[in-house]
Amino acid sequence: MSLFRHHKKIETNATLLLVLSLGVVAIGGAVEIAPLFYLENTIEKVEGMRPYTPLELAGRNIYVREGCYVCHSQMIRPLRDEVERYGHYSLAVESIYDHPFQWGSKRTGPDLARVGARYSDEWHVDHLTDPRSVVPESIMPKYGFLKKTQLKPESIQAVLVANSRVGVPYTEEMIDQAESDMEVQVDPDGDWEEMVARYPKAQVRNFDGQEELTEMDALVAYLQMLGTLVDFSTFQPDASR
Amino acid sequence: MDILKLIVLSFITVFAAMAANFGQDLAYIIHALIIMAVSFVLFVREVRSFGDPRPAVETGYQDSVVRAGVIATSFWGVVGFLVGVFIAFQLAFPALNFDLPYTTFGRVRPLHTSAVIFAFGGNALIATSFYIVQRTSAARLWGGNLCWFVFWGYQLFIVLAATGYLLGSTQSKEYAEPEWYIDIWLTLVWLAYLAVFLGTIIRRKEPHIYVANWFFLSFIVTIAMLHLVNNLAMPVSIFGSKSVQLFSGVQDALTQWWYGHNAVGFFLTAGFLGMMYYFVPKQANRPVFSYKLSIIHFWSLIFLYIWAGPHHLHYTALPDWAQTLGMTFSIMLWMPSWGGMINGLMTLNGAWDKLRTDPILRMMVLSLAFYGMSTFEGPMMSIKVVNSLSHYTEWTIGHVHSGALGWNGMITFGALYYLTPRLWGRDRLYSMSMVNWHFWLATIGIVFYAASLWVAGIMEGLMWREVDPQGFLVNSFADTVAAKFPMYIVRGLGGLMYLAGGIIMCVNLWLTATGAGERKSSAAIAVPAE
Repeated sequence: MSLFRHHKKIETNATLLLVLSLGVVAIGGAVEIAPLFYLENTIEKVEGMRPYTPLELAGRNIYVREGCYVCHSQMIRPLRDEVERYGHYSLAVESIYDHPFQWGSKRTGPDLARVGARYSDEWHVDHLTDPRSVVPESIMPKYGFLKKTQLKPESIQAVLVANSRVGVPYTEEMIDQAESDMEVQVDPDGDWEEMVARYPKAQVRNFDGQEELTEMDALVAYLQMLGTLVDFSTFQPDASR
Repeated sequence: MDILKLIVLSFITVFAAMAANFGQDLAYIIHALIIMAVSFVLFVREVRSFGDPRPAVETGYQDSVVRAGVIATSFWGVVGFLVGVFIAFQLAFPALNFDLPYTTFGRVRPLHTSAVIFAFGGNALIATSFYIVQRTSAARLWGGNLCWFVFWGYQLFIVLAATGYLLGSTQSKEYAEPEWYIDIWLTLVWLAYLAVFLGTIIRRKEPHIYVANWFFLSFIVTIAMLHLVNNLAMPVSIFGSKSVQLFSGVQDALTQWWYGHNAVGFFLTAGFLGMMYYFVPKQANRPVFSYKLSIIHFWSLIFLYIWAGPHHLHYTALPDWAQTLGMTFSIMLWMPSWGGMINGLMTLNGAWDKLRTDPILRMMVLSLAFYGMSTFEGPMMSIKVVNSLSHYTEWTIGHVHSGALGWNGMITFGALYYLTPRLWGRDRLYSMSMVNWHFWLATIGIVFYAASLWVAGIMEGLMWREVDPQGFLVNSFADTVAAKFPMYIVRGLGGLMYLAGGIIMCVNLWLTATGAGERKSSAAIAVPAE
């Protein structure tokens, strides 16, 4: 076949081979990924999503650091058993402020997309400290060290700045107040009204029950807000999506 | 030139010392210290040899870097398998997490995946591509000592990545966990790799570029593209390891799996097919089965693979059109994959009898069989209804390992057994019966591993979705965890057998390289009595 004769040109010219392979492999990604940035129905329009509070964001960083995504997904599929077990299926908009996403790929443990407000703070602290004390069958590692590790509020501002640089709508006020917003979220006796006005539905509690601000506070605050933001009464499924 | 080197090295040493001083997290500080130590040692070495007469330019093949690659591949292989066995038993016995942050499953699992894919697989690819491109181009590696920069630069990348995971520095993108400065370093090393490889092809004395090199070249450029796009990130501070990804949510998810699937498609498939296209014909002493098939399956493989990423995101919040596109291309991918398998297996036409006597060839054939099996299983799992059961379960882990242990592991072992006697100038391997032991331990290990995880995965998938006549879920999540315990044990044993085979290989290769077999062989060639 003449087509194969022409292949001689490619396999005797290294530059041509390089350019053609790069061209061939670039197509698939361009066609699949690029439209996600401009097709309007990629991200649903719902009420309730907001950026993470500084404490939740610190908790999310701990979630990332400890590799929780290795065993826990945050993506409920629209299948009967999953909706039954975990709640409403996940929307794209729910991870719009997740740099990077935490959908996961494996459920060695259960999905966490809507774990927020399902268990008490005490349960979470007990479970993270010694998982088998509350779930005997669990094979999760113990994370008791989080309770002993102080959280440094002064380091969070730079994280908010970096997030705002990649498009998370943190206002100047949010960035200026990051440090105090973090401290006040674990202090129900403090002046937390302004913080909650900036971050609606933010939960203000002493999450780990200890005097100091620890990594346990941050992680539990993050877990307790997961899946609690979207107001599903404003959600209209799009059949063409 | 030497002065410039000294200036650059002293600048790096000083900046790394400053970075260690201002570092905001432990991983960053330790990495800065490692970089400082490395550049300081290089600086001292450079000063001591300053003004020495340059050694004469060597001609002939550059094989010392390939020898180093063979050693690194064997070493990281055993490390990666060992860590794998450890985390496998962590899942059966959680006490093995030792309640320390550094030894928890969440931090050690990325160490395992990176160690086997990038340290073991990556070193195997670099070493064999350097060997093959010289032989098939009849030319010495281009760029003088640049190949050594690629080798040592890559080892530094591995050390930084591995220590980073244990110290809690990760971007949490699977198989792309290293943080921003490690990504920048890998980009430099990878571009140097491309330069050495392409430069060698350009100075070739053969008119045609051999098919193995098409695969290697497309693997190198595609990995460069994937690595750059998937690691676009904004560092929080230049003095800290933390960064935030440029993309978020659904766009980030598809970018990640576009990368993640093609780490499999190009790192673990195209690159290893390059290996296969050289070592299988060599070991069988037969020409490649079909030239036309290699053209068709090369172009269709690299074109189709890139599209397959969305099958990792079936039924997620990724729009349906992208999922459907991903599934369609994944199924089509079955054909070019089998084109490679057929081209490899049919190369043995007329040499099948060698399987009886040559355990190395047997390993290569087994690896092609596993390649064929997992490239059938993959497209099947990418069908949406199958995926609704298999996704999130152990089945995926079993699938990956039948490909990784079976295809990538076995073809690499075959290549190492082929290379070691030739690179160290020995007539043969120290022991063929050790190769046989390795073959059977690895084969039975994979069967244990894959079978137990198929059972575990399908079982938990069915248990999750089981509802009673009233429509309530039958099993709590914890029930499904408890039910997997026996399969976790069998999987761990399978991994242990595979590890044992790897250790036997290392002993065998070591004894071959040091020449322990030579005395034995000279005794064997005794002259028969007249």
